[in-house]
Amino acid sequence: MNVLAPRRLGLFLLLAPAVLWLALLILLPHVEVGLLSFRERVGPGEFAPSLKQYLTFFDEPLYWHTFVRTALMSLVVTVLALLLAFPVAWSIAKVARGRVRALMMAAILLPFWASELVRMLGWLILLRGSGVVPQLLFQLGLTAEPVELLYHDATILVGLIYSSLLFMLVPLINALETLDDSLIEAAYDLGGNRLDILRRIVVPHAAPGIAAGCIMVFMLTLGNYLTPVILGGKNSMWFTEQIYTQFITRFNWEQGSAFAFLLLGLSSLLVWLGLKLTGQRFADSMRRT
Amino acid sequence: MPHTPQHDAIDLSVRGVSKHYTGFTAVDQLSLDVAKGSFFSILGPSGCGKTTLLRMIAGFIAPDDGDIVIGGQSMRDVAPNRRPVNMVFQHLALFPMMSVGDNVGYGLARRGLGKADIQRKSEAMLERVGLPGTAGKRIDQLSGGQKQRVAIARSLVLEPTLLLLDEPLGALDLKLREHMKLELKQLQHEIGTTFVYITHDQSEALVMSDQVAVMNKGRFEQVGTPQQLYYQPASAFVAGFVGNSNRLEVSLSGAGEGVAASGLPLRLAAQHGDASGQQALFIRPETIALSRREADVAEYDNRLSCRVETLFFDGANSTVQVRDARYGTPLQVALPHTGQHADLQPGETVYLGIRAEHAKAYRE
Repeated sequence: MNVLAPRRLGLFLLLAPAVLWLALLILLPHVEVGLLSFRERVGPGEFAPSLKQYLTFFDEPLYWHTFVRTALMSLVVTVLALLLAFPVAWSIAKVARGRVRALMMAAILLPFWASELVRMLGWLILLRGSGVVPQLLFQLGLTAEPVELLYHDATILVGLIYSSLLFMLVPLINALETLDDSLIEAAYDLGGNRLDILRRIVVPHAAPGIAAGCIMVFMLTLGNYLTPVILGGKNSMWFTEQIYTQFITRFNWEQGSAFAFLLLGLSSLLVWLGLKLTGQRFADSMRRT
Repeated sequence: MPHTPQHDAIDLSVRGVSKHYTGFTAVDQLSLDVAKGSFFSILGPSGCGKTTLLRMIAGFIAPDDGDIVIGGQSMRDVAPNRRPVNMVFQHLALFPMMSVGDNVGYGLARRGLGKADIQRKSEAMLERVGLPGTAGKRIDQLSGGQKQRVAIARSLVLEPTLLLLDEPLGALDLKLREHMKLELKQLQHEIGTTFVYITHDQSEALVMSDQVAVMNKGRFEQVGTPQQLYYQPASAFVAGFVGNSNRLEVSLSGAGEGVAASGLPLRLAAQHGDASGQQALFIRPETIALSRREADVAEYDNRLSCRVETLFFDGANSTVQVRDARYGTPLQVALPHTGQHADLQPGETVYLGIRAEHAKAYRE
């Protein structure tokens, strides 16, 4: 009799919901989408295997440009989110104590009690031509007339950073919390200055957390649909919007599937590249999130 | 500035330094001088303010009053990274993201030395502390004792005027701690850097130090050589804290005489100053003579007839717990190292002899 058998069964049962979830809701649809992307409609209800969907993507500059633009803007969002989140994470993990710290954590989490849609509509109210911010600027005499703050790339960036900042903050706070204060003191004692300590001690220690935060923010931003559409309008030129259009408006599921696969490939490639360049291991980063 | 030769020989001078926190005073008007090249320990129970004092010397905490002078320079408003002082932290604080060599070379690199110089100096220092050829290793590949040595090498390579050590042996197991004590003393002797060592472990302080300051509640109870602390404690706190002692509450009835709380009359060492009222009496276990024959203790000032209660066998540190037959006063007595009396049985009657000069009373 194998004494390990009952334990193995227990492990399997505990993992079953997660395995089922992964298999039925993530793996299976992806296989289906993958199959869809490699076929072409040749007649009513008739399909043939083909690479036409992928060729269309490369032939049509609009798709191609939207794709590159989405990737670049997502990278900008990731970098800005990191720069904004680092000082905040530092204050929460290393400076704040007790109640202040709890309050700061609450302040970060509080906006997430409202749905993303509601928060984005809030930005809409603030930024549209007749909204709060343009009117205020006009009343103060800073602008000659109320300016339309929506539908700019900068607005999309602000919205995207806003909606993904939490996912940068949490792994950063976790990573910085585990940094022993005496390491910083020791470096200071041995003659290091602030910049030096940041570069040699703090960033190397927090690197897995930084990588984890960047991966999450980048993936979430790349796949975000709501924020670019609401803040950037119909012409926000975000790649998820192209996928939506193909599936829902054009009813061209084959084309939409090909786009979805390209986006998945892009995010995997960039995450892999980022980890390679910074010398991080995926497993280390995931342990920190 | 005129310098007397005496001044030049002082590496660290703490002058009337205080640190107050809301509700309590961590360090209270402390002054102290540490001679160049000496091993100076600050010994005290946890919470006595010794860590605060050390962190003020290192520059992590600013004193409320007073001044700290290191190598003749006032350290007021000098940041820790600009002080000629380095510290070995309690948990060592080695940088896990760097190799052993980079840890030792960290301070040198901050001073702008060239790569070749850094490598040469770090490797020489590692060799000095008995770790040649480890520069390429990761920190987690080292044993506890080796980490200890890397932490010391990392500080000493900068040739500080003063090396501060914050209970660095606390995390080691007993055997290694005993070994590192001797090694640290040896290293200090060879290198000649002034060490300021804080600890709550009296054995560490006694074994390694040239001078020890016993600290309690933010003040120094006594500063002296280990021998002075042990044989001539200046206060009840020092007598109780340094070494083992039997403590009895006595009521003094005149010069050199007193009665313990149990009623046991005792002849004591001559008192300094006030020799009346309630005081704390200390008798070290090894100063008490023990014999099975009453005649052996006839010449002692105090002679007690006791019953053996428990034998605590601990090799050379074996003791026996006895109780005075008439007054019930409990006493701890050291057994001779020769193994004589190792066969004592509970319930046996033994005779104790205590010389008056070994029974010291202090006002608390």
